[in-house]
Amino acid sequence: MDLQIIWFVLIAVLFIGYFFLEGFDFGVGILMPFVSKDETDRRVTINTIGPFWDANEVWLITAGGAMFAAFPHWYATLFSGFYLPLLLILLALIVRAVGFEFRSKLHHTWWRKTADHFIFWGSAVPAFLWGVAFTNIVMGLPIGSDMNFTGALLELLNPYALLGGVASLLLFTLHGAIFLSLRTTDELCERVEKVAKWLWLPVGIVLLIFAVSGYRYTVLFDEFGIIPGTLPMIAIVSFVAVYLFIRINRNGWAFAATGSTIVFGSIVVFQGLFPLVMPSTISEEYHLTIYNASSSDLTLTIMSVLALIFIPIILAYQGWSYWVFKERVTRDAIPKD
Amino acid sequence: MEALELARWQFGITTVYHFIFVPLTLGLSILVAILQTFYYKTGDLHYKRLTKYFGKLFVIIFTLGIVTGIVQEFQFGMNWSEYSRFVGDIFGIPLAIEALTAFFIESTFLGLWIFGWTRLSKPVHLACIWLVAIASNLSAVWILMANSWMQVPVGYELVGGRAELADFVAILMNERLLVQMPHTILGGFITGGMFVLGMSGWMILRNKDPEIFLKSAKIALVFTAVASLLTATTGHDQAQDTVQSQPMKMAAMEGLWDTEEPASFSLFAIIDQEERTSKREIRLPYMLSVLAHNNLTAEVRGLNELQAEMEEKHGPGDYMPPVAIIYWSFRIMVGLGMIFIFVSFYGLWLWWKNKLGTRNRFHKVAVSMIFFTFVANTAGWIVAEMGRQPWVVYELLLTADGVSPSVYSSSIWISMAAFGLVYGLLAAAAFYLVWYFGKQGAPEETEGVEKNLHTY
Repeated sequence: MDLQIIWFVLIAVLFIGYFFLEGFDFGVGILMPFVSKDETDRRVTINTIGPFWDANEVWLITAGGAMFAAFPHWYATLFSGFYLPLLLILLALIVRAVGFEFRSKLHHTWWRKTADHFIFWGSAVPAFLWGVAFTNIVMGLPIGSDMNFTGALLELLNPYALLGGVASLLLFTLHGAIFLSLRTTDELCERVEKVAKWLWLPVGIVLLIFAVSGYRYTVLFDEFGIIPGTLPMIAIVSFVAVYLFIRINRNGWAFAATGSTIVFGSIVVFQGLFPLVMPSTISEEYHLTIYNASSSDLTLTIMSVLALIFIPIILAYQGWSYWVFKERVTRDAIPKD
Repeated sequence: MEALELARWQFGITTVYHFIFVPLTLGLSILVAILQTFYYKTGDLHYKRLTKYFGKLFVIIFTLGIVTGIVQEFQFGMNWSEYSRFVGDIFGIPLAIEALTAFFIESTFLGLWIFGWTRLSKPVHLACIWLVAIASNLSAVWILMANSWMQVPVGYELVGGRAELADFVAILMNERLLVQMPHTILGGFITGGMFVLGMSGWMILRNKDPEIFLKSAKIALVFTAVASLLTATTGHDQAQDTVQSQPMKMAAMEGLWDTEEPASFSLFAIIDQEERTSKREIRLPYMLSVLAHNNLTAEVRGLNELQAEMEEKHGPGDYMPPVAIIYWSFRIMVGLGMIFIFVSFYGLWLWWKNKLGTRNRFHKVAVSMIFFTFVANTAGWIVAEMGRQPWVVYELLLTADGVSPSVYSSSIWISMAAFGLVYGLLAAAAFYLVWYFGKQGAPEETEGVEKNLHTY
């Protein structure tokens, strides 16, 4: 197999890992103001992701670094082309991290309220913009002969891309609600379960419209035809299963099912894109592909060896940290100050 | 302003800001780990209280290091897409390895350390902070490997208008890396050491558990004394390497316009780059030859000759970096480095004389040193990065050719304003929190009771 194919897969894995993991902690940040009745609830909510959110974010940093190393042209075109969306994502991730980390340090109401805004917007904005960004990639962008984005930044905010943003925002919120139902207790837990049940249908409708319109607006389904095939079917079945599992109170399974929806939905995106990485709407000649955007074989070989050694180790210790903090966060665990 | 200038300013501002926090975490992570090791070995609650005190401050600073670091990774692609295309084959490798081998460890084990006091066994918990400390310093190695390659490109070949990897071992063993890495990391150790010394001094001055903070002051003194001496010697190695590998930077560091043999060392000069002269110079004869070549009479090449040589090699153009800034930054860095050595050894002497607890003037000086470590770090990087101009990759790619062609200056203005605002607020918040928690002193601990570092 070509090294380029291995690296396309690895970068897909890194982004998908990022969406799966940070997906639920975005959801938790988005839901925090709405499911909490009081200050203690808010703190319980934040502490459900306390030891995890930072390591979840490293999946993005790794995806960015790996893209830089394996496909420099993909990295360069994407990051310079998506200048303002990425700026917003950066600002959001900054204020979000600071919101988590600094919030409980002081007792002033204004301080904590500000941190709450940071956490909410810092979670909602990237959850939305990653959807917008990836939708734009699969729609194709005006990329010129020198591999650079030639369009206007506002074109990125076209209706279909915005719909993609709403879809990712809602799906991550649902994922977060179900995560919260696994990590909280008593009334708070009941409230998030209700939210999850209530959210399922609107999320489903948006995802459906998004997927069906994808036939018209994106390069994804060019090869598929009407019947979508195995991978999209798994994504769809997973999403239906989410509802059934919530109904029979199997929240662990429901979490696995929203996770599976995110994972297989993203796989469909990457698979549909393959072997392109940034389709050009100007001319087929200007498509960025895994071949013309990639690094040299030597670089890819070295990176492959390193990735194959370290990714399993990372999964092991990150998994271990989830196991260490497997207990639910109770209201009693929050100091009274 | 043009997009190029704006992108440069933005890179400078965000990088200098990022590097306020990074060196502090390099040294402080190790010192927190050392303090906890003392607690683990002795069971003395004093060390546990110190671990938590400095641990809390460490986490505040670490957070800012992380969030400003993501900006750095994205910024290459956003503002410097042509640079990214040119260097990605090589530069991307250490960046990706940094994430794989350092960032994941730091973030995962820091979470385990903060929230794991009540859940993990003592040795496992101690191992967590050591992993954070080692991974933080490891990340510095990788990013310095990337930077060293920009300073002294090795192990590459030019293929189709970009630098492709030819020899990975050459990049790992880049001579510049071997001198720059220890110098930078040791500078981080001074920063962390002076921070612990200064904060301890502040507590001693305020008579807040002085017997406890005397312990951390002593550890910090030993740590800083060793680090400051080694920083000086590795700095000397690095300068000697620069004479060979980047003579233009060295000539700018010394404000040396014309080649001299033997070369004198400039102590003071008012530099006029337009006229290519220095006024009111005070020079020490022979000294630069000694420093540069360990030889009384060796030749050191001057800016004018090097400019002519560059023009011959790369065509017409101005290949001189901004001399005055580099000349003075270098002197500030070296001067402060000397002061750090003096302060730490004077502290050791006071300890030896049993006067460390009572000599208030020393602790006042130690508090002020916290600020000066940042000045020294920044000055050092200004020398390294501005001294490489007008190149972004030395003699391979001009900075002007690295900027993103598709990004308008209006976009950069927006991002500059946004980062300026957010970074300003963050600095205020972080400074306030460090002051607030610093002032509170070491948190109380009871024998046999475990509490997490904090709860969100």
